[in-house]
Amino acid sequence: MSKQEFTLTVYTENQIGLLNRIAIIFSRRKINIHSLNTSPSEVPGIHRFNIVIEETEEVVKKLSRMIEKQVDVLKAYYNTNDEIIWQEMALYKVPTEAITEKVKVERLLREFGARAVVIRKDYTVFETTGHREETDKLIAYLEPFGLIEFVRSARIAIIKDSSGFHDKVKEFEQREPGEEVVENEYLDKQAEVFSM
Amino acid sequence: MNSIVEIKKIEKVKEPKPLPIADGLNVTQPVSGSVAVLEIFIAEKVDTIFGYPGGAIMPVYDALYDYQEKINHILVRHEQGAIHAAQGYARSSGHVGVVLVTSGPGATNLVTGLADAMIDSTPVVCITGQVYAHLLGTDAFQETDVINITTPVTKWNYQVTDATEIPSVLAKAFYIAKSGRPGPVLIDITKNAQLQKFQYEGYTKCNHIRSYRPKPIVRPEYIEGAAKLINAAERPFVIFGQGVILGKAENEFKNFIEKSGIPAASTILGLSALPTDHYLNVGMLGMHGNYGPNVLTNDCDVLIAVGMRFDDRVTGRLDKYAKQAKIIHLDIDPSEIDKNVKTTVPVWGDCKETLPLLTKLVENKKYSQWLEKFRDYRQKEFDTCIQKEVNPVTDLLTMGEVINLLNELTGGNAIIVTDVGQHQMVTCRYAKFNQSKSNITSGGLGTMGFALPAAIGAKVGAPERTVVAIIGDGGFQMTLQELGTIMQCNIDVKIIILNNEFLGMVRQWQELFHERRYSFTDIQSPDFVALAKAYNIDGQRVSEREKLKGALTEMMQHEASYLLEVMVGKEHNVFPMVPQGCSVSEIRLS
Repeated sequence: MSKQEFTLTVYTENQIGLLNRIAIIFSRRKINIHSLNTSPSEVPGIHRFNIVIEETEEVVKKLSRMIEKQVDVLKAYYNTNDEIIWQEMALYKVPTEAITEKVKVERLLREFGARAVVIRKDYTVFETTGHREETDKLIAYLEPFGLIEFVRSARIAIIKDSSGFHDKVKEFEQREPGEEVVENEYLDKQAEVFSM
Repeated sequence: MNSIVEIKKIEKVKEPKPLPIADGLNVTQPVSGSVAVLEIFIAEKVDTIFGYPGGAIMPVYDALYDYQEKINHILVRHEQGAIHAAQGYARSSGHVGVVLVTSGPGATNLVTGLADAMIDSTPVVCITGQVYAHLLGTDAFQETDVINITTPVTKWNYQVTDATEIPSVLAKAFYIAKSGRPGPVLIDITKNAQLQKFQYEGYTKCNHIRSYRPKPIVRPEYIEGAAKLINAAERPFVIFGQGVILGKAENEFKNFIEKSGIPAASTILGLSALPTDHYLNVGMLGMHGNYGPNVLTNDCDVLIAVGMRFDDRVTGRLDKYAKQAKIIHLDIDPSEIDKNVKTTVPVWGDCKETLPLLTKLVENKKYSQWLEKFRDYRQKEFDTCIQKEVNPVTDLLTMGEVINLLNELTGGNAIIVTDVGQHQMVTCRYAKFNQSKSNITSGGLGTMGFALPAAIGAKVGAPERTVVAIIGDGGFQMTLQELGTIMQCNIDVKIIILNNEFLGMVRQWQELFHERRYSFTDIQSPDFVALAKAYNIDGQRVSEREKLKGALTEMMQHEASYLLEVMVGKEHNVFPMVPQGCSVSEIRLS
């Protein structure tokens, strides 16, 4: 099994210290986190982590189980890139002088889908949203003109075939959660499991 | 960790002491966070706590002064002793062990025990004091970031900074520690919360947390799948771990193997879940386990793992482990499935529930030929290893003969607590167990120094039973200060030090794998008997065979704690042995 990019989506309680509890599951195994984002989720009071790592599916599955085992975690999913819609945002600060004189700003805005967030005499800040390759392209383009500052946000991702967490939370609040929400990926892969 | 520096502060804030609350459930007057903690202990039926006072936990200790009749407090000599004692208590009684210590060094001294309880799934609740909330992060006296230090070694931890949180947080703590796969929980309570008065409106036990599912739902299809495999098997083999004991499923387990007729071997922590003498008990697995169970793991056609986690000391080389077999894994913790060994049929759930369902579906069978194979291997092991260990021909005493004689005297009814090293392996190999919760040892973490404090806790948790701690000369010196606890609290623990004047297990490896380069393994010891005397504990030292039985008998008949130091052969090795990096079937008999 080869390594590839996986995005983990973790639904959690809003609890101080939980970020550390989740992060050390990766660091203990010397796995580098490429990007990590925490945010509210579709359900009030429930937080959503997006974590991007590059690993084999076997490792990612074990990691998800370890994460889900934490008391304050409701559920952990992992997906490959073609199973999610994702975005990252990037900000670029460049000298205004160079931009106005040497860059066809119009082309920049059109081709890279960039927006100008701030325009001052001394510098201009552009913003793009997209996949890594797209934001990287703009760096390459702007670098010759003197890129003063660059920053990229963590990945945020929506799972294509997820129906959200509203119903699941209701189940979790029951004493005996229904079979729907209880983790058991074997159920969907029964043929594999019992193929001896 | 005593701190007298803060006493002045306490006097300033100290308010009139509330009367002890008799009922605990109908309280109308405000109480302090400290009193609430103790009321909750009583509501959770905590009869004993193991602890050590200090500056940041003094309000709780002050409240405890009025609760001495209701809660037995064991004053240890070091916080590590407190948590090991709580572990011993939990493992002998099946209840949650409770620890009370102060902030900073008091709390960091718990870390080894927390890691031990985490890896061996022992239910423990630790309360640590913490500096006033307004001092957090200021490097205040005895302030440590206990929550972050203990995160990887706790099942759950939480810092309380407001007394009103105490009832719900402690309720969660007890629930989390003992439910599902048990583990250690640490609650850090700042001093202001301990002192703060609040309207304590009784205590409701926690039995549900929405983000926490201690037990997976049992799936009939997997039970059926497992039963189908078992019924079709020709050489099925059951391996069981502590899950059987933690799930209180000893009877369910016995019924399962008796009906199915399948031979069963135990992990080190599974010992005593099935009586040693049971006709289907074929011994112990692992690096120093029995010959047959190790070799035949690679011969069976269906391997049924019950409440065990395929530790590397059990599996040896993974890519050569039971590759020919279909694997059925019964475990309560979903993250254990496929963690180390790929499972054919996973049976998630509490084995107390899953085993009876499985028993119902398996056929009544006998595997005489297959069992005969285990017996043959047993005979081979007896001839090459066991015989010279329990009936040695040289003058030097062996650890095995000590345990063998001890079995005669206890009849297999004692709780045996072991430390870590050669004596531990020999004891687990030779000790006889008639009833569950009789083997207490540090399995996963291998914590030297575990046995003496754990034995104290084990005795407190099961006062009606005889507790024998078997400890090496190295490990004993790691926590020997707990002799003071034994003395002060009059705890009856029989201590056997098996002294080979070496850190024996490391020496054995140095002999076998490092060309006898005995790098820092020859360890000197004090006069252990004189040391015990200093703590008012009787004892003696034996080095001759003819005196051994008499000495053991004297120890067992002694009406209080007793220390028996037995001088054993300096360079004896523990065999069989699966060398590291080898397959279980490459186990060596010599």
